Amino acid sequence: MQEFVEFTLGGVSDGVIYAAIGLSLVLIWRATRVLNYAQGGLAMFTSYIALMVINATGNYWLGFVVALAAGLVIGGVVERVVIRPAAGKPHLNTVIVTIGLLILVEGLAGIIYGSKNRSFPTPYSIVGAKIGSFDLGEGASPSAIFTAVAVLAAAGLLAVLFRYTPVGLRMRASAFSGTVAQLMGVRVGRITTLGWALAGLIGALAGMLVTPQTFLYPNSMDSIFVLGFTAAVIGGLDSPGGAIVGGLILGVLLNYVTGYVGSNLPELAGLALLILVLMFRPSGLFASTATRQV
Amino acid sequence: MTLARNAGLGIIACVVLLVLCSKLDAYRQYQMAQVAATVVAVAGLTVLIGVSGQLSIGHGAFMFVGGYATALLVLHLNWPLALAIVASAVVAGLAGGVMGVAAARLRGPYLAGATLMLAVALPAVAYQWQGVFGGDQGLDFTVNTPGFLGASFQLTEWQGWVCCICLVIVMVLLANLLRSRIGRSWRALRDNETAAALAGLNVARLRVLAFMLSAACAGVAGSLLAMTMLNVTPGAFTLALSIQLLTAVVLGGLGSLAGAVWGGIILVLVPPFLTDFAASHGFSSASASVPIAGYGLVLIIVMLVFPAGIQGGVRRLLGPVAPAATGPVSAIGRRLARRLEEGSTTDARQEGVDKEGTRWPDTAN
Repeated sequence: MQEFVEFTLGGVSDGVIYAAIGLSLVLIWRATRVLNYAQGGLAMFTSYIALMVINATGNYWLGFVVALAAGLVIGGVVERVVIRPAAGKPHLNTVIVTIGLLILVEGLAGIIYGSKNRSFPTPYSIVGAKIGSFDLGEGASPSAIFTAVAVLAAAGLLAVLFRYTPVGLRMRASAFSGTVAQLMGVRVGRITTLGWALAGLIGALAGMLVTPQTFLYPNSMDSIFVLGFTAAVIGGLDSPGGAIVGGLILGVLLNYVTGYVGSNLPELAGLALLILVLMFRPSGLFASTATRQV
Repeated sequence: MTLARNAGLGIIACVVLLVLCSKLDAYRQYQMAQVAATVVAVAGLTVLIGVSGQLSIGHGAFMFVGGYATALLVLHLNWPLALAIVASAVVAGLAGGVMGVAAARLRGPYLAGATLMLAVALPAVAYQWQGVFGGDQGLDFTVNTPGFLGASFQLTEWQGWVCCICLVIVMVLLANLLRSRIGRSWRALRDNETAAALAGLNVARLRVLAFMLSAACAGVAGSLLAMTMLNVTPGAFTLALSIQLLTAVVLGGLGSLAGAVWGGIILVLVPPFLTDFAASHGFSSASASVPIAGYGLVLIIVMLVFPAGIQGGVRRLLGPVAPAATGPVSAIGRRLARRLEEGSTTDARQEGVDKEGTRWPDTAN
């Protein structure tokens, strides 16, 4: 019983990270129909920026804010500088551009910061909570709770933005149909940049939250990105809520498999889950029903 | 007709490559073997992505299958090398068939996600069943030069020969296949799946077949790499390898076998070149990262400046001779098909995709 609670809570706290990465991918997918393979790499880079600020000032929260701001700016700049010029070219080119961006960012991080592992601070303790003698594990530590609250708050704010603000309405209109939105006077270009910027912010948040566990090095976000991508695919790339649910399912499943079956098997379990979901729902769990052509 | 011509060209290419291989020193022979093996994998992948229109970011996984199949067969059953390579192709092809069946309904990023996860997950098999696959250390095995070449014949030269011969065989087979009914069917379903299905093509079966075939190529490549390095480790078949294959396909020129050759050469030869360059220009402390950053930059620039890859650039230089696949008939068909679909799937961004008359899968992402 204790194990079960421990694994479940650990899974939830891992899962919200995957959810955050998934959410950032969904934002970009909805805005531009592009999958940003560099999302993890950019989050790694903003974490390095945060670490520099934290080391220089000794203030975690200043680094936190700087990382989010850097994510916002980098996301927007990336859209303007490399993604927009690729629009109108073959679709696969954009994929390769984002992969090139990932490789570039990881190389730059290696050149600037070196490739050794660095430890990363947490704002709160990572010691797991206990109820009497009942150990809840690290999934219930103040740090894990902060992680979950931060991601869910960000998701909630995004939902409010999308649903109740004029900007959100424009973003939804652009995602629904760029041409129609443009004809109705929406400046789709700016909205697209905003979508990428917001995704950069969410990615930077995920980087800040997960890096204490993984250490920081140029490839530190690779496996997190793969799992976040998997979460978004399981949930359906058009659905922000789906990314959250997908992330939580994936996190909990991987923790059960690691805990009960074997520490080498979580990736295989993730693959099995992904294939299983996609066999029944080829566009993810929460996809709006696609028109089937053949 | 085509078969005879391709086979003739293949024999000539084979002789040239073998003679070239004999003239090189051991390190260059090793590099040549690596290039040949990589080109085999890239060629298979370019057929899958560029001709059948399905994206895979996980072909390193099939190289993993091929490499381990060869190592196990040679190590435990003492199979002769040629037989082991063929068997590796079959095993990897079957694995590709399983993945293909699972993937047949998937499109774009969903297919990308599934294959990406495959590349990440499969090496875990080697860690989980260490008794069979040797865990982190992998499996070591030996290859002997055949007796009729004489005792002084170098192993690296023999490895180079085997890789080049396999490369030529695979290329001739693929070139023929692309000119055959199957190749035409793949192009049809890549350009418009609905139209292809209405014309009576079995879309699901064709897609699975493409997956099997390209996985078999990756299996041969993995087998050749294993034979070149005389060992297999899970660390040799990482996600990075899969991504590199994909970048080589697009850099070289999507859907083109000649482009696959360019891509393979770049993949193997450019990183050491960049490392040397970085070391000689005072980047020594970060020399491992400079080629990485350089490669990323090259990818971005090439994609923005030469959207059709190197082979596309070469084709443009050599004049307006259109390759068979982009003839006027297929262009008209595409335009008709687009008109039929108008209103249902048009999107401002996607509309621009085919303006240059290029032949790219619009499902890819």
